[in-house]
Amino acid sequence: MEEGCNHKHRFASVDDLRPLEEILKRYEKEKGALIPLLQETQEAYGYLDEKIMRMLAKKAGYQLSQIYGVATFYTQFRLQPIGEYLIKVCHGTACHVAGADLITEEVCNQLGIKEKETTPDGKFTLESVMCVGACSLSPIMIVGEDTHGKLKPTAIKKILKSYYGEPKEEDE
Amino acid sequence: MGEERTRYKLVLGYGTCGIAAGANAVKTALEEAVEKGSYDVDLDIAGCMGYCFKEPIIEVTDRERDYSVVYGDLDAKKVLQVLEEHILNGRVIEEWVVRKSDDPSFGEGDFLANQHRIVLRNCGRINPESIDEYIAVGGYQAARKALTQMTSEEVIDEVSKSGLRGRGGAGFPTGTKWGFARKARGEEKYLVCNADEGDPGAFMDRSVLEGDPHSVIEGMIIAGYAIGAKQGYIYCRAEYPLALKRLEIAIDHLHQRGYLGKGIFGTDWDFDIKIKKGAGAFVCGEETALMASIEGRRGMPNPRPPFPANEGLWRKPTNINNVETLAAVPWIISHGGDKYAELGTEKSKGTKVFCLAGKVRRSGLAEVPMGYTLRQVIFDVGGGVREGKEFKAVQMGGPSGGCLPAELLDTPVDYEAITATGAIMGSGGMIVADSSTCMVDLARYFLSFTQEESCGKCVPCRIGTKRMLEILTRICEGKGVPEDMEKLQTLAADIKAASLCALGGTAPNPVLTTLKYFRNEYEDHILRHKCTAGVCPALITLFINEETCTGCGACLKVCPTGAISGEKKEPHKIDPELCIRCKLCLSRCPTESIWAE
Ligand SMILES: Cc1cc2nc3c(=O)[nH]c(=O)nc-3n(C[C@H](O)[C@H](O)[C@H](O)COP(=O)(O)O)c2cc1C
Ligand code: FES
Repeated sequence: MEEGCNHKHRFASVDDLRPLEEILKRYEKEKGALIPLLQETQEAYGYLDEKIMRMLAKKAGYQLSQIYGVATFYTQFRLQPIGEYLIKVCHGTACHVAGADLITEEVCNQLGIKEKETTPDGKFTLESVMCVGACSLSPIMIVGEDTHGKLKPTAIKKILKSYYGEPKEEDE
Repeated sequence: MGEERTRYKLVLGYGTCGIAAGANAVKTALEEAVEKGSYDVDLDIAGCMGYCFKEPIIEVTDRERDYSVVYGDLDAKKVLQVLEEHILNGRVIEEWVVRKSDDPSFGEGDFLANQHRIVLRNCGRINPESIDEYIAVGGYQAARKALTQMTSEEVIDEVSKSGLRGRGGAGFPTGTKWGFARKARGEEKYLVCNADEGDPGAFMDRSVLEGDPHSVIEGMIIAGYAIGAKQGYIYCRAEYPLALKRLEIAIDHLHQRGYLGKGIFGTDWDFDIKIKKGAGAFVCGEETALMASIEGRRGMPNPRPPFPANEGLWRKPTNINNVETLAAVPWIISHGGDKYAELGTEKSKGTKVFCLAGKVRRSGLAEVPMGYTLRQVIFDVGGGVREGKEFKAVQMGGPSGGCLPAELLDTPVDYEAITATGAIMGSGGMIVADSSTCMVDLARYFLSFTQEESCGKCVPCRIGTKRMLEILTRICEGKGVPEDMEKLQTLAADIKAASLCALGGTAPNPVLTTLKYFRNEYEDHILRHKCTAGVCPALITLFINEETCTGCGACLKVCPTGAISGEKKEPHKIDPELCIRCKLCLSRCPTESIWAE
């Protein structure tokens, strides 16, 4: 919760191929490692850039179509860059019944973006997810690594603000 | 954590639910205070105790008096008060007590007193990141016994005798399944633990993995030995980072001890485990799709036969079991299959963990013997509906399950009895609904889930669910026609009959059960253009109660369409023409003066 303010995502630039090479080396001998390969690549670069996927196909001996097929099948993979913090609003059953739609609506309202979009300042990207397994504290929203439970739409403004480091006084 | 024994032991519930409720702040405050002060106490963490509704939670054990109390709803300030009052002055702060070990009738004590914990035996009681604590409560004795004193056949017999059935949903007898894999020809076999837990509303597998990962791993060691598999995989969904972390820690510890790897427990049996992280696809919980995913392919189901027992992972004989199934295995080996079979009904033995959520008062983990009625689970353990409201329905089994009305509350939890109602036992999620939950909206919600998650391989599921969703959406938007109910019924029958896997085969269940038990709500939506629960935007109107409205202006400020008007300190009004029923105002009103009808 509170410690949300000080971790910054650091993603490698897609021009820097060293992280990719390190990952490839680690999975050199493992069979069927495409999914972990893509997961770690995404962790390093923040998303799966076309250039990176092409490189991966060539170096690890996959068809590009195979890589693209897997990358688009699983919801975890992203083909677009994301903001510094990924906001995931849970829309599992418990959260749906507890008003998850209102939470998403309020986040959209506060940030002026729609689902799957990133704020112009590159701070937040908004997504919905299915049950994160904390149903008893529904509705739930995860910002970066922090889970916020028993949310009320009215609490969202303050939570989002806390990710801007020094709490700014905003005109009301 | 000192070596010498302190008088008090203080254990913080530190699972995903606790952390979501603020356990981190409590932990920091505790650690700082104990570091600085001189309290006769040591600190430890544990997984979820099941009291999710009272998180953050600590359990204070007085070692001298062999007595413990659980405090709930804590925060960084309150926990310091517990240190002062309880640890220093020996005074229990009664107000915050959730449970006293010597008085199950106190506070919320009956939540636990009405349960029977086998799978959750260690959850919330030991530190899941410490192998020593697991061993101290008898951990790995069952695996040792199986490997050193029993033949594989004897292990399978014991599990068969217990009557244990797969907890992943289908309820297939575990011993029989192991027998198939054992008899399958081939040197190389695999054992897979299904920790994909995709049903939204189920979190028991997460709780076990976070609270007691070793019990699952011990179950895997035993299962691997029984079927003759030397390599195990745990396929865990990526949405559970804490479970993944604790599994990794556990497996590291096991390698250090030589409990995994070559020649474990001094025998010549080898067994090792790899963790595979899911990538977000509900269908990957289905066993053939799961194996495709482990192999690095798109997770699409394959027709069976061949069954995994003969041709599974990398086309080798494979046995797949759910987390909860595996966690029960060490207990069965230690206590004997007969002991397990003493609990439950004729065809459903042992215990089942349910996840209570939604409008239930005590949401959390409830492990009860099979044969308990839904009423016992929801009311005796769960404490009934929140805010004293009336019970309307319980949704069981997630997107493959169904919604059951109050008349069926005396149905026992038993695979066959639940299936007879049109719902399924499923993984054991129970979402309780009250008058503010719209059953048509709930059915639409589940269909939108299955539609989204359909892998697209077979037509009935890919297109059939889409058509059903269109009809349901139409009904929720007030554009339904009377024939729609029949159309839904026909489509449902076809999809059930013709889908490739159980995702499509069970997808219509939420619709069929709501049509069966809550037909009046469909009729309200279609014929009377009303959503009595006040959920479906197209069918409701928002009102402000002029008697209680204080004119604070909070609603006016948030309304995106300017539909609200009124002078400061005077009652406000909503213009129904401009109102888009987004309900943002409803959540803003400090006096709860706005309602939907
Ligand atoms: C669409 C679909 C999703 C499933 N999801 C899960 C799941 O998340 N976890 C699970 O254990 N079983 C799931 N199953 C059931 C598995 O296919 C399989 O029956 C189970 O893992 C076997 O273990 P058990 O015998 O111990 O229950 C799912 C089945 C289907 C059709
Ligand atoms: S439904 Fe949101 S955490 Fe389970």
